[in-house]
Amino acid sequence: MRYVVLFIIMMLLWLAFTWNLQTPNLIVGGVASLLTAVLFGRSFLRNTVKFFQPQRYFWIIIYLFVFIWECLKANFDVAYRVLNPAMPIKPGIVKVKSTLKTDIGRTFLANSITMTPGTITVDVIEDDFYIHWIYVSSEDPKVYSRKILGRFEKYLKRIFE
Amino acid sequence: MIDLFLYLLIAMSFLCFYRVVFGPTMADRMVAIDIFGILVVGICVILAIRTGRMFLIDIAIAWIILSFIGTITLAKYLTGKKLDE
Amino acid sequence: MNSISMIFITIGVIFDLFGCIGLIRLPDVYNRLQSATKSVTLGTCSILFGFFLRNGFGSSGLKALIAIPLLFFASTVAAHALIRGSYKFGIKLYDKTVVDHYKDAQK
Repeated sequence: MRYVVLFIIMMLLWLAFTWNLQTPNLIVGGVASLLTAVLFGRSFLRNTVKFFQPQRYFWIIIYLFVFIWECLKANFDVAYRVLNPAMPIKPGIVKVKSTLKTDIGRTFLANSITMTPGTITVDVIEDDFYIHWIYVSSEDPKVYSRKILGRFEKYLKRIFE
Repeated sequence: MIDLFLYLLIAMSFLCFYRVVFGPTMADRMVAIDIFGILVVGICVILAIRTGRMFLIDIAIAWIILSFIGTITLAKYLTGKKLDE
Repeated sequence: MNSISMIFITIGVIFDLFGCIGLIRLPDVYNRLQSATKSVTLGTCSILFGFFLRNGFGSSGLKALIAIPLLFFASTVAAHALIRGSYKFGIKLYDKTVVDHYKDAQK
């Protein structure tokens, strides 16, 4: 099943890249997508039923807007820290526990954390995210967990689990 | 206006080269090369607008993938593993 | 439409500039990666989006639109790899670092 889903996704990507519908182009794209699906299908998602549940797509769109807003805030924050002559930075590496269970959910959470205000994921070991933070505003685990994860976790739980 | 942006982006690439040449550690140089790769994508897009040749977008996409593979390889070398592990 | 795309391209170039100033000014590798990944990636994404607005849904405009998520994932994964690699390589954190929980996880 997941081989078929991967093949369809690759074919759509090929058509969007080349943008014509003549027969030779379709044949080349089909052969390339087939090769990709056969070679890399075993490392694709296990549970492909999630692709056919429309409410997940609705949450993806809402998540996209939340994410772009956070991204813009992150950029102004970093620009302020860079341009200020006194350079108000207070870096550190903190440990945060996540409640997401699936691998793809964790991947997207780590990528989202990297793009938001002054945080980069250094490593993920089981449930623990190790995060480099440019301005450690508090040392209390509850406060900074909510500050870092709280905005994304509830949306990602609805999308991927 | 477009020309001005082009010159600005090229000036920024020289800022990256400053970090490549004088960076105190090896990781600093890698970060600068990574950033330079992303800046080249911007230069390609601006050039595509300036000259009207759309194949430059294909070059930008290929450059994204190539710079990604290069950075991952160098980062793996930093962690102390061999390249085929 | 042309002027809106011009605004997006201007914003992108300005953010790229902030990222490069951060690359020069900030004190150590980890903080430099902070400024680099965020500002420069969003700046270049903004330039690509401006190009898409200028050309519309054609062959080249759609390619620019596909390049945005590609660049996004490529640069974030490269940042994870670089920051983990430089920690394992043994590069010291900045003097004013407050906490370091990652040290306990290293055996």
